[in-house]
Amino acid sequence: MRVDKQMLADLVDERLDRHTVKAIQSGYKDPARFDTYLELLQERAPWDDRIVLPYGEHMCIVSAGDGRYLIKCFHCGHVFCEHTENWKLEALIHVRDSEEKLLEIYPKMMHGDPAWEEIREYFCPGCATQLEVEAVPPGYPPIHDFLPDLEGFYRDWLGRELPV
Amino acid sequence: MTITDASRALEPSTAQPLGWEGRTLQQMLAEQDRLLAETGHYWGLETLDLQRGDPIRYEKIFSRLRGGLVSARETALNISASPIVKEIGELSFMLYTPEGDSIALSRGIIVHVHTASDAIKHMIRTGYEEDPGIRPGDIFCNNDAMIGDVHNADVLTIVPIFWEQELVGWAAGVTHEIDIGAKTPGSVPVGPISRFEDGIDIPARKIGADDRLFRDHVEAGLRGTRTPMYWTLDERTRVAGCHMAREAVERVILEEGIGTYKQFVREVLEEGRRSFRSRLMEMTVPGRYRAVAFNEVPFAAEQQLPSYARVDTLMHAPTELRITRDGVLEFDYDGSSSWGYHSMNCTPSAMQGAIWVQLTQTLIPNEKINDGAYMGLRANFPPGTWTNHCNPAASTGIAWWFLIPSFTGFIKSLSRGLQARGFVEEVLAPYPFTSNVFQGGGIDHFGQPSATTNFGLSCCGGGAKMVLDGLDYGAAMWNPEGDMGDLEMWEIIEPFLYLGQRVKASTAGMGRHRGGSGYETLRLAWKTPFYEMQNIDHSRLHCHSGLWGGYPGSAGYRHNVRDTNMFELIAAQEPYPTHDGNPEESNVEQLVTGRRDFDQHTLTLPELMQQGDLYVCVYHGGDGLGDPLDRTPEHVEEDLNDAFLLPRFAESVYGAVAVQEDDGHWSVDREATENRRAAAREERRTRAVPVREWMAGQRERILAHADGGGDFGPHIQRMYAESMRLSEHWAAEFREFWDLPEDFDFPVPTPTVDISRAMLARASMEG
Repeated sequence: MRVDKQMLADLVDERLDRHTVKAIQSGYKDPARFDTYLELLQERAPWDDRIVLPYGEHMCIVSAGDGRYLIKCFHCGHVFCEHTENWKLEALIHVRDSEEKLLEIYPKMMHGDPAWEEIREYFCPGCATQLEVEAVPPGYPPIHDFLPDLEGFYRDWLGRELPV
Repeated sequence: MTITDASRALEPSTAQPLGWEGRTLQQMLAEQDRLLAETGHYWGLETLDLQRGDPIRYEKIFSRLRGGLVSARETALNISASPIVKEIGELSFMLYTPEGDSIALSRGIIVHVHTASDAIKHMIRTGYEEDPGIRPGDIFCNNDAMIGDVHNADVLTIVPIFWEQELVGWAAGVTHEIDIGAKTPGSVPVGPISRFEDGIDIPARKIGADDRLFRDHVEAGLRGTRTPMYWTLDERTRVAGCHMAREAVERVILEEGIGTYKQFVREVLEEGRRSFRSRLMEMTVPGRYRAVAFNEVPFAAEQQLPSYARVDTLMHAPTELRITRDGVLEFDYDGSSSWGYHSMNCTPSAMQGAIWVQLTQTLIPNEKINDGAYMGLRANFPPGTWTNHCNPAASTGIAWWFLIPSFTGFIKSLSRGLQARGFVEEVLAPYPFTSNVFQGGGIDHFGQPSATTNFGLSCCGGGAKMVLDGLDYGAAMWNPEGDMGDLEMWEIIEPFLYLGQRVKASTAGMGRHRGGSGYETLRLAWKTPFYEMQNIDHSRLHCHSGLWGGYPGSAGYRHNVRDTNMFELIAAQEPYPTHDGNPEESNVEQLVTGRRDFDQHTLTLPELMQQGDLYVCVYHGGDGLGDPLDRTPEHVEEDLNDAFLLPRFAESVYGAVAVQEDDGHWSVDREATENRRAAAREERRTRAVPVREWMAGQRERILAHADGGGDFGPHIQRMYAESMRLSEHWAAEFREFWDLPEDFDFPVPTPTVDISRAMLARASMEG
């Protein structure tokens, strides 16, 4: 199903009715979707760096113009690190590791046990957006969620050079 | 050798190979494996001549085969009396090539499309063609997870399909049994600590000939479970469905010709392989994706268990997904913790079945689904871990306990790839564990021995989507068509009345979009002198987390009350509870007196209940997606007015300032909410610290364990130690990340790792 930029914007902004969303979900996937999405995000980004890959709801990978690719907050433009690094190490963290802290977000009897697991909240240092949440035992290394193969994606899958 | 034997050995064998073109099935399987490895194509097919040359005919053949399977399912399920099969639809029928590769399948519990494939290949590889022989009219059965299954309760029936002298395929059917005759009642027994307690075990056995079941097999089934009627009728359901599927194949061959049929089945597998690869490359991004999940087995205090099983276990499921430049999807569970003395262990067949059922609900929901997709995959389930226990004595009675949370990593990782590619409508946060499991057995309200596993668990909340909230009370990861069944039917087979069933507020994980909500039921034990009941749920852990700032759905709790005053309340016409509601102001606690288990100990061995006792059953909600402070005020209002959210979290999590009108209606003050959210972001900055600063303290905390100190509980230390000892790679990464000495280890014993090493070393020596 062809999803043009306006329809994609409506999908992202949740202005489409359920039947249309269902039709998009169930239809054949639009081969131009990646470029349409990039174009939409680029228009909406409050900064000018060239987006090479969306990186979740809150971040993008952008070209630094010098051959490096950086993970950047979509909302405020905060730069975390190069795209091969784990951005979480450059974020802010709040750890819910006591019953008192867990009761702020779960009812009594419906939260985990701090002796088994802690809830970690990662925030953007620029705009304090909650970027990810982890539920892991204490001592667990922050998970490096996604390490995209940018070169392979552009050259081998899209058949074009990775933008610089 | 006797003289008679010696003389017979001189006679030429009259048995004809069953495969095509004079080959044995073993030769066919080996040849296909070789050609796939050498050429990358199923049976080496580089061109799909039938599909290209006569596409309408090709599609018609597929539709007729698939239609035959769907028809078999929809007809045969009426034979069953079990609500799990008849109402919930926990059955499916599949068609395979002679080598055991699935061609097409019906609806239903399609996790078993691949487990039945494993079972057929096992029969071929171990020489069933010679012994016990495979003949027209034979019926085979398997429920052994080491051969091809998830756990004993999923029983497979397999029927060979012949045309003239050749075996042209296999039909298979599966049903989920309501009781499997295990050490403890029900279909997902928590209680076995070895496979010898898992219940009926049928390791790919011939159970019938001439289209009839052997009498001794029927007798064994009648005597082997607590629910012989359901077992017997489920088996007839499977046999009838397989025979219907066989007839559908025979009709196609009769009309299209055997040559066309043979060409078709190979081409459709190759097409499935190519379609999957194309789909992967159209919808995702190559690279490495990582996620992790956990689950709990808190058995340390279970005095009924032997000392070696009486430990608290924390299961570790690190999931690495790699999508290669050449379009191969790789699953890697390196670093997983060990198998254990409990019933939650998995086999590769179970894991591969789970891969299958996840793919059919994500990447390949609308293509021709068959084992061709499986050929575009690689998977690593390391020996000795819970994913591949390699221990002939290990129990797999409730393998789903570990398997379900572990595959949330796939959903999360895939969603990252889908969003990066722009397919935002496909993005999904993790599903929840399908529990609590209401399971038990004893004497029912008709005075009869009975057992049950209630499949209300088929309808937990779905994960939040990027463009919608998650599906409320309607999802299970293992069956694409969640159905909780009719309460009246469950009341017929279970000696427990439903006092109420309703949405459970705040079970859904919060986020910009929330997960689908869970629900709760309140059950009153009715006319039963005793029924052994289990709570099977996770409560110490959330198991996994949401996506992009969304929180995981809530953990579970237990609220059972025995020796209640329910009948006094009813006689006095006093209020009695129909639900538990907010556990902070529990209805059951406020209205009913009795001996109460109201805590977060939710994975229990069977304990007796009797008439008048109460059982609260809470089903989970899905995980959230996105920053909760970005949830629209309209959505928060809806959550409050529809009782999906306990009011205090509107502000503490969503930063929404909500006011309740006199008529009970909630409204969110937009301006005050905007201000509150700005303040909440500032509060985040105040209470958070830079990750690298936090890491320095955590490193010291971990290091303190090296000499026997430290504050991690024994279950956490053992989890890390098992993963480090089972995987040098994972251990090296852990030490490197925290900058620990090369010889750092958690100084705790890991006896099951030692046993695995001994078993694997012996297996290696024996070749």
